Amino acid sequence: MLIPHPLLGPRDAQEFTYLGDASLLDRPDGMADTAPEAFAEYVYLRDNPAGVHRELWFHEQGDRSWLIVTRNTVTHEILGAELARDVALAAIGGAQ
Amino acid sequence: MTRLSGGLIDRGTTLNFTFDGRAMTGHPGDTLASALLANDVRLIGRSFKYHRPRGLVAAGSEEPNGMVELRSGARREPNTRATMAELFDGLSADSQNRMGSLGFDLLAVNDLMSPFFAAGFYYKTFMWPRAFWEKLYEPMIRRAAGLGSLSMLPDPDSYDKGFLHCDLLVIGGGAAGLAAALTAARAGARVILADEDFRLGGRLLAESHTLDDAPATDWIAQAEAEFASLPNLRVMRRTTVFGAFDHGIYGAVERVGDHLVTPGKGVRQTLWRITAKRTVLAAGATERHIPFANNDRPGVMLAGAMRAYANRWAVSPAQTVAIFTNGDDGHRTALDLAAKGVSIAGVIDTRADARAQGDYPLFAGAVVSDTKGRLGLKRIAVTREGQTQWIEAGALGVAGGWNPNVHLASHHRGRPVWNDDLLAFLPEPGAVPGMVVAGAANGQGSTHGALHSGAQTALAALAELGITAPAPDLPRAEDAPVTQAAFWHVPGKGRAWVDFQNDVTVKDIKLAHQENMRPVEHLKRWTTLGMATDQGKTANVTALAVMAELSGQSIPATGTTIFRPPYTGVSLSVLGGGDTGPNFRPRRLTPTHEWAASQGAVFVEVGQWMRAQYFPRKGETHWRETVDREVLATRAGVGLCDVTTLGKVDVQGADAGEFLNRIYANAMGSLKVGMVRYGLMLREDGHAYDDGTCARLAEDHYVVTTTTAQAGPVYRHMEFARQCLWPDLDVQLISTTDAWAQISVAGPNARKLLERVVDGFDLSNAAFPFMACSELTVCKGLRARLFRISFSGELAYEIAVPARYGNALMARMIELGADLGATPYGTEALGVLRIEKGHAAGNELNGQTTAQMLGMGRMVSTKKDSIGAVMSRREGLTAETRVLVGLQPVDPGARVAAGMHLFAQGAAQNTQSDQGWITSACYSPHVGSMIGLGFLADGAARIGEVITGANPLEGQSTALRVVSPHFVDPEGGRLRD
Repeated sequence: MLIPHPLLGPRDAQEFTYLGDASLLDRPDGMADTAPEAFAEYVYLRDNPAGVHRELWFHEQGDRSWLIVTRNTVTHEILGAELARDVALAAIGGAQ
Repeated sequence: MTRLSGGLIDRGTTLNFTFDGRAMTGHPGDTLASALLANDVRLIGRSFKYHRPRGLVAAGSEEPNGMVELRSGARREPNTRATMAELFDGLSADSQNRMGSLGFDLLAVNDLMSPFFAAGFYYKTFMWPRAFWEKLYEPMIRRAAGLGSLSMLPDPDSYDKGFLHCDLLVIGGGAAGLAAALTAARAGARVILADEDFRLGGRLLAESHTLDDAPATDWIAQAEAEFASLPNLRVMRRTTVFGAFDHGIYGAVERVGDHLVTPGKGVRQTLWRITAKRTVLAAGATERHIPFANNDRPGVMLAGAMRAYANRWAVSPAQTVAIFTNGDDGHRTALDLAAKGVSIAGVIDTRADARAQGDYPLFAGAVVSDTKGRLGLKRIAVTREGQTQWIEAGALGVAGGWNPNVHLASHHRGRPVWNDDLLAFLPEPGAVPGMVVAGAANGQGSTHGALHSGAQTALAALAELGITAPAPDLPRAEDAPVTQAAFWHVPGKGRAWVDFQNDVTVKDIKLAHQENMRPVEHLKRWTTLGMATDQGKTANVTALAVMAELSGQSIPATGTTIFRPPYTGVSLSVLGGGDTGPNFRPRRLTPTHEWAASQGAVFVEVGQWMRAQYFPRKGETHWRETVDREVLATRAGVGLCDVTTLGKVDVQGADAGEFLNRIYANAMGSLKVGMVRYGLMLREDGHAYDDGTCARLAEDHYVVTTTTAQAGPVYRHMEFARQCLWPDLDVQLISTTDAWAQISVAGPNARKLLERVVDGFDLSNAAFPFMACSELTVCKGLRARLFRISFSGELAYEIAVPARYGNALMARMIELGADLGATPYGTEALGVLRIEKGHAAGNELNGQTTAQMLGMGRMVSTKKDSIGAVMSRREGLTAETRVLVGLQPVDPGARVAAGMHLFAQGAAQNTQSDQGWITSACYSPHVGSMIGLGFLADGAARIGEVITGANPLEGQSTALRVVSPHFVDPEGGRLRD
């Protein structure tokens, strides 16, 4: 597979380490009252779609960027890749 | 058999080779298969299950029967298709799967037992009794039903791998592929043309057709000359593209040296990963058989193969041949062979309205219903309107129609589409993104059709890349339509083979149908159809047709096979690509490796690292002797150990402290500059992840260490936290594991030794107390970092210098510390020292333990949020009572083993009464017996109690006293002095 790195262009998937569902970005607040329930869900519950999936890949043998890659798990078609940092920053900005 | 006229062989040169020890000759241009035919060898092997005599069926990579063991000694290569082995001088080949001689195989008795070996036989018979399977049935079946045998020696040849990129990959060098490559290369595109054959041309080499009224080889030579002048085109002969992977990536094997006696210093095969923007699949087509009774005798082959042997290699399997066909294609073989002087005993055409196309006897509306000739075909039975007559023929060519080679087009689960006009499956368009299919592989099998579809698909593919190209002038070529009847097999009583290599007959398919194994996936597994090394290339579609007939369904409704890589067999050697032995994975050497090697250190692999395990001295006869000495020398004087392999992460930025607060379970933001703190990381699920030290060199600068094993994962995890969880924090990370050589200096004389190295730095306890850190210079100006931390319980420091000075620093300190008893120690002594001190390491931090179990439950701060903090407080983890304790045998001579389970004395040793386990154990020279660390239920309250350590695997039960995990200096006075 080739992953279209937003900074480095198409890179071989072998340079990356896979983590999984990009929902891991949405880490709950550990000091909130609802933290136990929220963390149980955050740590253990994942969607497992046959189709379009947003997932985390780490460019370990490259520039050490964490990417969010949008991939169709059925066809392996890659619909896009973003820097996870940009997505996370946008989420913080949106929340403020 | 003498050679026929013509052919693409170099008769001026003779090549010597042997088959089953018999000396034979051939010529350059021959394959082993064509050379065997030229030496009158028709019987080449024995079949898989019934040990029936078998000969060649095909002339290419689809060959199911003609498998041999090639070469000898360590280079012996079983199951090699004779049709793919390019002849070379000195080649030796042997027949396989026989017991006795090839002509008289003792296991041919299996053939008489055939009623018992029908489809599903193994499943039904060998199920019971179960115990017989491993000891009796499996060895017996493996011996009887076999292929070639391995040499059991290491492969002496070298292999390589490489990466290629192109605009257009053309798979197949026949008419379509050549036209596609020419078109694209002329337009300036970067083109790779790959073909599995050693000679370009594909079927053009096998046919007698002309191009522009000249032999096809003239046009091929012209194309090759042009290829040679085009730097943007790479021609890869002897290269099989075996798989279509994601995003335009193709796997290919180039047989670089397979056609040489030995590859010498060169590589034998190269594994290529080709990344192509577009691909033209021009893989051609494979002819299929028409099953009839006893259709597997040597001499019965595919008619197209017979034609290829005659036209390209100038050989015929017999002087008199017959042809059995369901279409016009079989007549071509008759004409070509007749033109070469081979006598045609008859063309048997299943179509009643067939017409002879030359001067040969025609049996229209007839079938071949049986054959005779035990070790080679002698005569065939021709049946027409219920009347049977026997005809003498030494060989029979069977033409059942052509199956497009859709394999690579289906590697992304594309389902081939049935075409009623062509009576064949065509590739599903667009099934592999970026791939277009041309020529016979797409059902455009006439020479004209192949040339033009090759050029057109290349133009279309280039247009998608924005490259415009003129349509090439293509030579005039034959354009005969496919005329063929849907005739799939000859019904009758005898066994009619569908899959030669796995001995699957029409009867087996009928039985599968009767037993309701009708879906194609069940059919395959019940009969083993298509599961041999040839993957049923000549068999699968015919089998589907037979099943369709039995079930009264259409062929497409019956199903299709799913194709997966590889297209043909790929050796494990080439998949390894040379990454064997020391090249299997990178080897990381510590900065002091050279020095350690010069001291005679014994090394141990720790992940990718090679670490000094211990440093034996003259006269020491056992590793324990060495390790005990190193431990005692450290506790009595000073020991030095390279600890560079521990991971180091440099953390800088205004928010570095806050970031580490969130990474570590304990607080790091409050750490004073110039101090070090032990840190414990949790996983988000609340379990202990990794531990190490965290040193604050400046307000905005920390250096953290990880365990050796987790250096990579922890760094990745920290980057995840930085980029994905808290991108708003001002913090930067970099791994500096390899940048700094770090040496542990431990023991009562540690300070004295370091004083001889540092440049006037005050090491007194007041100026540089326990857990202090500083940047400084050593050895007159070399920048360094010093950390007063202890893993051994002794007065200890770790000193770091730029990696390239590590070797020199180690040598210098050993030299300067000679009078202080400076002693190098390895990982064994390191382990003993830390077990004696009760420090947790990888054995205790195994991913299943918690801070509470490690006795660090209170370290998990409740005042802040950190990774894993919330989940560490869940009921299931807080209810855990097992904690780390020390264990000492009541009998000092008793053995303590890691992995022992712990039980109350006298308790039954089972899961219900299990109270914990031992994580680490060693001989402690300090204690004078073996000792252990382990997790024990309610351990903190049981100090002094005697329990049982059980090792039921070795029938061992040891009385152990529960003690503090700190066997050495439990008050911690030594390290603070």
